[in-house]
Order: sequence, then C-alpha cells, then structure tokens
Amino acid sequence: MTFGVIVFPGSNRDHDAAYAVEKILGQKVNLIWHDSASLGSVDAVILPGGFAYGDYLRCGAIAKFSPVMMAVRKFAAGGGLVLGICNGFQILVEAGLLPGALIRNRGLRFICRNVQLRPGTTNSPFTCAASKEKTYCVPIAHGEGCYFADQRTLDELEAEDRVTFRYVENPNGSLRDIAGILNRERNVMGMMPHPEDAAEPLMGSCDGLVVFQSMLTTAVRA
Amino acid sequence: MSAALITPDLIAQHQLTPQEYEKIVALLGREPSYTELGIFSVMWSEHCSYKSSRLHLKKLPTSGNRVVQGPGENAGVIDIGEGYVIAFKIESHNHPSFIEPFQGAATGVGGILRDIFTMGARPVAVLDSLRFGRLDDPVTGVRNRRILQGVVAGIAHYGNCFGVPTVGGECLFESCYDGNPLVNVFALGVCRKQEVCYARAAGVGNPVIYVGARTGRDGIHGASMASAEFTEESKQKRPNVQVGDPFLEKLLLEACLEAMQTAAVVGIQDMGAAGLTCSTCEMGSRGEVGIEIELDRVPQRETGMMPYEIMLSESQERMLLVAEQGRQEEVFRVFRRWGLEAVEIGVVTGDGKLRVKQHGEVVAEIPNRELADGAPLYDRPHTQPLRRAPLEPPPLPDPDVQHALPALVASGDLCGKSWLWEQYDYLVRSSTVAGPGAEAAIIRIKETGTSVAISLDGNGRYCYLSPRGGAMLAVAESCRNVSTVGAVPVAATNCLNFGNPERPEIMAQLVEAIEGMAEACRFFDTPITGGNVSLYNETLGEGIYPTPVLGVVGLKKTAVAAGIAFRHAGRAVMLLGGLGSTDEVRFGSTQYAKTIVNRLWGLPPALDLAQEKRVQEAIREIVNAGLAESAHDLSDGGLAVALAECACSTNVGARIDLDSDLRPDLLLFHEGPSRVLVSTTKSDAVAAIAWRHGTEAPVIGVTIEKEIEIRQKGRVLGRWQVASLKAVYDDALESHVR
Repeated sequence: MTFGVIVFPGSNRDHDAAYAVEKILGQKVNLIWHDSASLGSVDAVILPGGFAYGDYLRCGAIAKFSPVMMAVRKFAAGGGLVLGICNGFQILVEAGLLPGALIRNRGLRFICRNVQLRPGTTNSPFTCAASKEKTYCVPIAHGEGCYFADQRTLDELEAEDRVTFRYVENPNGSLRDIAGILNRERNVMGMMPHPEDAAEPLMGSCDGLVVFQSMLTTAVRA
Repeated sequence: MSAALITPDLIAQHQLTPQEYEKIVALLGREPSYTELGIFSVMWSEHCSYKSSRLHLKKLPTSGNRVVQGPGENAGVIDIGEGYVIAFKIESHNHPSFIEPFQGAATGVGGILRDIFTMGARPVAVLDSLRFGRLDDPVTGVRNRRILQGVVAGIAHYGNCFGVPTVGGECLFESCYDGNPLVNVFALGVCRKQEVCYARAAGVGNPVIYVGARTGRDGIHGASMASAEFTEESKQKRPNVQVGDPFLEKLLLEACLEAMQTAAVVGIQDMGAAGLTCSTCEMGSRGEVGIEIELDRVPQRETGMMPYEIMLSESQERMLLVAEQGRQEEVFRVFRRWGLEAVEIGVVTGDGKLRVKQHGEVVAEIPNRELADGAPLYDRPHTQPLRRAPLEPPPLPDPDVQHALPALVASGDLCGKSWLWEQYDYLVRSSTVAGPGAEAAIIRIKETGTSVAISLDGNGRYCYLSPRGGAMLAVAESCRNVSTVGAVPVAATNCLNFGNPERPEIMAQLVEAIEGMAEACRFFDTPITGGNVSLYNETLGEGIYPTPVLGVVGLKKTAVAAGIAFRHAGRAVMLLGGLGSTDEVRFGSTQYAKTIVNRLWGLPPALDLAQEKRVQEAIREIVNAGLAESAHDLSDGGLAVALAECACSTNVGARIDLDSDLRPDLLLFHEGPSRVLVSTTKSDAVAAIAWRHGTEAPVIGVTIEKEIEIRQKGRVLGRWQVASLKAVYDDALESHVR
C-alpha cells in the first residue's frame, strides 16, 4: 500500500507519520509537496501535524487554499482514504471536508500528554481493527484541539455513528469528548491525537498503530 | 567616510572604556566613524568577546577522542559513531527574558536552534534551565508569576511550531532571581559526520549571501544590553528585545539544510547577537579573509535605516552564507522553493578587512581579525567569593518528618512541573524515549542504533556557599543522571550565569566555579565543547547566586528506558552508594534548610569524586543488564523526596527501615551525592555489581501498594498515602502560579 504524506512548509510530524507507516508497518510512503496539483499514485493520504503555514491567522485557514488541497478534495470525492492528524484535522475542517471547528483548548494552554481514547465506532476504514472494549493510549499535542459544532451537527455525527474516538478524560473541552470524526461517506477522518507517535514500544505505547492497520486492512480488502 | 563627533559621552554610552577607545584608535590609525564605534561596541561587549572570562575559560578541558569540534564554533560537535555526529550547546537569554518574558524566551530558543542548524545538524532536542524569583513573595510574587508564565509560553510557542521536542530541564525559585530571571536554553542536533558545516568564509571572490527575514530596527544593542546591570531604566529597553517568528525559522532550517546538500555552500553563520556585524567579521576572521558588503542590497523592513542600525540590528531568523562563485543559482533555487528571500550582498576579499558600503561609499572599514578576536582581555581582580551566609548552623527545629515531606514536595523547587512541561511538545519527531520528569531525557537517533541522554543541572545555593564545590556537584549530578539511565557521559556544555565581574568578590565566584567545573569535567572525562557566559546578572546592585548550569550528554544503545517510578509492589528497594554521611554544616544548603528551616548556611554536600565514579559505573551496569525496574538518583530533597518521586506516578510506594544513628531530619533529607535508589527483583545481582565496583547497595526496604512508610531502626518516622502526596506534588505549581 502506498501512503501519500502531504508536506506543508510548517508540517512537523510529516516525518513521524512517514516513519510509522514506512519503518514500522513496512508500507511505501510518498512525500507530497504542498504546491503540487496532483497526488500521484497513492492509496491513501495523510495530512500530518504541525503548523502548515505558521497558523498565525487560524489553524488551517491558509492551508485550505493550497494547490495540494484541490487534489486532496478530488481524491476524497473519489472515495480515497484521507486521514488528518492534529493540524491535518484542523485543515480538513477548514476545508469543509469535515464538519465543525477546532478552537482553543479549554484552559487556553497547549497540552502535550498521553491520553486514553475509546473507539466510538469500529465501522470505519480507520478503526475497523480496533475494539470498543479497549482503551488506547495515544498522545495529544495541541493548543487548538477543542472540538466544537452546533447541536444538530453533533447529534448527526452520533446518529450516523461517525465519532471514531472519544477521550476517556477530556483534556481540552471538546464537546461530547470527541477526539476524532468521519465524513458522511466515511472515507475521511480527522483526529487530534497522534497515532504516529504511539507506534512502537520505545515510545511507551503501540496503541496508535491500530489506525494505520485499519487502513491497511481496508485497502487489502478493496 | 562620514564625519561623526565622537565624544567621551558617546563612548561611555557604548559601554566602552576610555582605554578601549584608545585601543580602537590605535588599531585603525584614526578616529572611528559612528558606525565603526557601534560595531566595536557590540563586538567588544562582554556578551560577544568574553573579555572578563576568556582567561579562565581556557582552564576547561575541551578535547577528547569523540570531540569533532570544540569551543569557537556555533556549537560543539561530538562523534556518536556509525558515521553520525551530534552538535549541541547551551545559551542564556536572561536579560531579554526579564524585559519581555514571552519574546525574550522565544528568541532565546530561536537563537540556539540557529546555532545548531548552522552546523548542518537538524535540531532534535531542546531542554531549558530556568530560575525565577519566588512566586509566593508578597511584593515581587505577582511579577515573578508573570515572568514565569511568559517565559514558558514563549519557549512553547517557538519550539512547538518549529517542531523540536522540548524534552526536559529544570526550574527553580529563589529570591535572588527576583529582578533577574535565568533562561538558559540547550539544543542538540544530528548530522552526518562528513556534512558538518562551519562558519568560515573562504575563497576570494566568492559571493556573500543574506538569507531569511528582513532587517529592521529591532534588537539594536541587544548584546550590549546583555552586558550591563539592570537599573530602573532597563524597562525602557523593551524595544531592544526582538520578536521571533518560529515558522520562518522552520523554513530557514529546511532551506539551509537543503542548500548545504548542494555542496555549493562554503560557510554559514546565523545572525544572532550583534547581527550582521558579528556574522561578517567572525566568518572573515575564522577564514582569514576579508568581507565586503553593500548595505543597499540588505533586505530591509523599514526605510531610511542608517548603516549603524543595519549593522547592529538583531532582527531574528537571518543567516549569512558564503557560496561557491558561479553556483549562487543552485543556492537561490533552494531558498525560492521555501519562499525565502536570498540576496547576494557582498563578496569575499583577500585583504582581511570588513568593509561596509552604503550607496557605494565606504562607511566602515575594520580589520576582521582584530575586531573579532582582538577584544581586550581582562584579568580582573578576584578576592574571596562573596558570601553572606554563616558557616555555623542555627538551632534546628525538632524533626517532624511526617509534616516535612509533604511541605517539601509542595515547594516550588521540588513539586511536579507538569503544568510547565505539558505546554511543550516533547514528542514531536517520535524519538523521545524519556521526556520531561525523567532522570535524564533520552532521544533515540533514528539513523543509528544509538540514543543520546541529556541532563541539565545547576544549584545556585550550593555555589553561593562554595562556588568550587557547587560547580563540581553540578558536574557530578549531571553525569549521575545520565548514568542512571544507562548512558556513558561523553561531553558537556556550560552556561555560566554570574553577577558583575568588575566586583572582585563576584569575579572570585566565577573563577572558582570554572576551576571546580574544570576539575570535575576532567575527572569524568566530559570535555566542555562550548557554552555561554552571562555576566552582569544584577539588578540595582543585587547579584544572583553564582549559577553555573551544566548540560551533560551521554550515549547508550537504543532500548526501552526503565524510568524512575516504582512499577510493582513486592520489589526490593536498594540504595546504591549507601546512606551517605552528613553533618549540620553540610545540611545548610539543602531544600530542607530552605523550606523547613527557612535559612541558608554552612557548606554544600561533600563530594568524593572517586566514590561518585564508582556509583555511576555500577548503576550503568545495573541498568543496562536490565536488573533495575526503576532507578532514581538522590538529589534535591534527599532520600525521602526521592521515594515520593518514585511513588507518585504509579501509586506504588515503599516500606523502608534505615539502620542509622543520624538525626532523622539529616538522615532523610540530606543531599549527599553518589546515591541511586533502585527497585528490583534481583537484589543479589545488583548487590554483586555494586560490590564489584567497590561500593555498596544495601536493601533498605520493599515496595508496597499505595503507601510510603519510613522507619529508623524499627521506629516509625512517618507514614503517608501516596495519593495524598501525589495530589500535593501535582497541584502545587499550578496553585503557585495562579
């Protein structure tokens, strides 16, 4: 399976994502520069963490206009798997590929720590290898990760079983403890925690691997 | 050259003495222009020239078989094997952080990161050593809290966006830092051995290229500001502090590393303190060539800037590089790709001079070598180190161990610092094997099978009582921390924070601390490959404690780390190195003396270098053999505080019984070095290793669920619920900050 990892000039977990997929899962990775208009031949796309264009305005506000996002939109519309992590989630939300918004953490500070996640659904290409009976230890590292949406959207997300992960102990004020969500077509997921940083025993947890393994399983099945 | 009226007042304003001015005139053979006066004033400032400390810094060991680059470059470089090196250094940003905490600290991070990637190394770790005034002080507490919050937010802002993990450090509080906080930032980077880049100009006719942010009027005379004491007027120097842009720095990092890959880059240096002045003349001086630049070509943020302002500006995120003639386009192409401005502003010449032109006219012309390396060298008088604390102990209160331990773990120095470090992204780059709160930070180097362990240590209280002894203890502790995670200490960097060196009793502190550090670094075979001296840390004549901070780097094979926390009940608790010895004089420097007795007296703990080395060798062997489930060295707060720290994160405590006749307070809270607390299932094997290294590792107790109980010869001294200690430990800092 070939993963495309988008590289914005301010991406800083692009290498982490590539390392997890390539070195730990043994899959192929193409790094895709932010001004390229095409994704080339990839089976899935990862929008990694970081500060795409500095994010001095609003996280993801500028990134949504970058040439590569046109290609990502097209890829997603064609049913391709798109995973946005942290800043990638913020960009997907800004770009309208996922509903809601990510606002300043309750407490107004950047938080980096391991948190426990509980899968909200296993009916998705990103969580099909997960178990709802288990919690997953994955770190967060963000200042603007409080998930926010109007009541109708939240109800809809839950009614359509589109919440992929919930915080066991809510660190940032996210409504309904939401840590990750799907689009309606279930091929685009955004999540604030960093599965790529919990991918081997050396990091203290391998629980993040389940996301990439799910994508792999889905691709093999397809 | 424009005529300028150089008056004695103007010279004094530039912090040059009449003698220094005479030296300038003799060197040029004429009066300097206004621009030249400014250039000399920054290059010959204490901050850039080390004129008071250079003589003594020579006493430090700087070479070793792993040392690829010692002091004198932007960072020291150490060979870690498998074709890779690490570049690292520590630097202070104390003065700017007092005037403008957020930007002062942020640009401190930015400056040291540039020092690292200038060497061709990608930064992979940042640690910081912080000192603030007391947060609970009725008068200064409000300001100290504001400074702490600003500094931490500034470090987080810059490092998080840049994408380097901030993986550890220390944060301590003392009244002497009220008007003079310390912000020392350490950074470490990795590169291939054959790709190390140097800050040397070479090749007459080669183009000199300016890259990065435009030059503005910010930060003019920052270096001189950092070389003077604080007065009431200092707050008006806020415009001297620069504003950082971490995103731009990230672009600069990627572009510079990529440009270096073209091999068209001959030399490169960042524009930090003293900006364009320092980078041009130092690169020229190191390469024994001249550099000529035309200021009209320097990208400028504002109109109408004078040569003086352009040369002295400390605008951030700028680099100067020399490329191979005819290959400029290769370099420009890289910078264009990253959306950065790169402009040819001058040329390397053969006459050894820094020649600055504006509108085609020469505005400054100074021999490079004399400017960069010819600064006055002072052998400042030094007498007895300043100390106002008594040697004799005061009457000690009756020991109340039960109440003392919670009070200590709630104190600013000893409490949990997660409020602070959770604001830092300590995981980015997915290489953090051990992060903040660990014995030493551990970063695995993905390209190799090696991990780097790093520890920053300094103890102003110890050094105030004995600069020599305190500095040696800092080296010992740093090396012990690194050893406790199983790494072999291989090199060090230092940041020397002191008061006004023109006072003989302060100069004496500096001299003794350097000598103590030199002796200990020689003993542990950790050469100092670079660092920074920050003097004039005084406000209104009140100096800080002498605060040398040491950063020790160690190497180990990459493996899962044991950690400091007790993991399971029913394990033997062993004290490698034994209970140690102390007396009431040596007790006066401890956290117990500070928090419970509220006094400072006597001497720092006694250090036996040979015993320290034996313990370090033993713990490395124990940890690397996988015999320790946890390992934590004893330091601030002594044995009892170390026990609490081992228990807090897992809720596994211990029941211990100490066979000693010492007073209970001395026994539990003395800070004698050379001791490590280990929990293990294999106590015989641990004891055998200790014995083989010529030390001991008595079993002092056993780990138990949820409780800590301490006995002395069977008599219970105290018993605590781990959960209640943890609540105090975790919440203390946040409640102090509020």
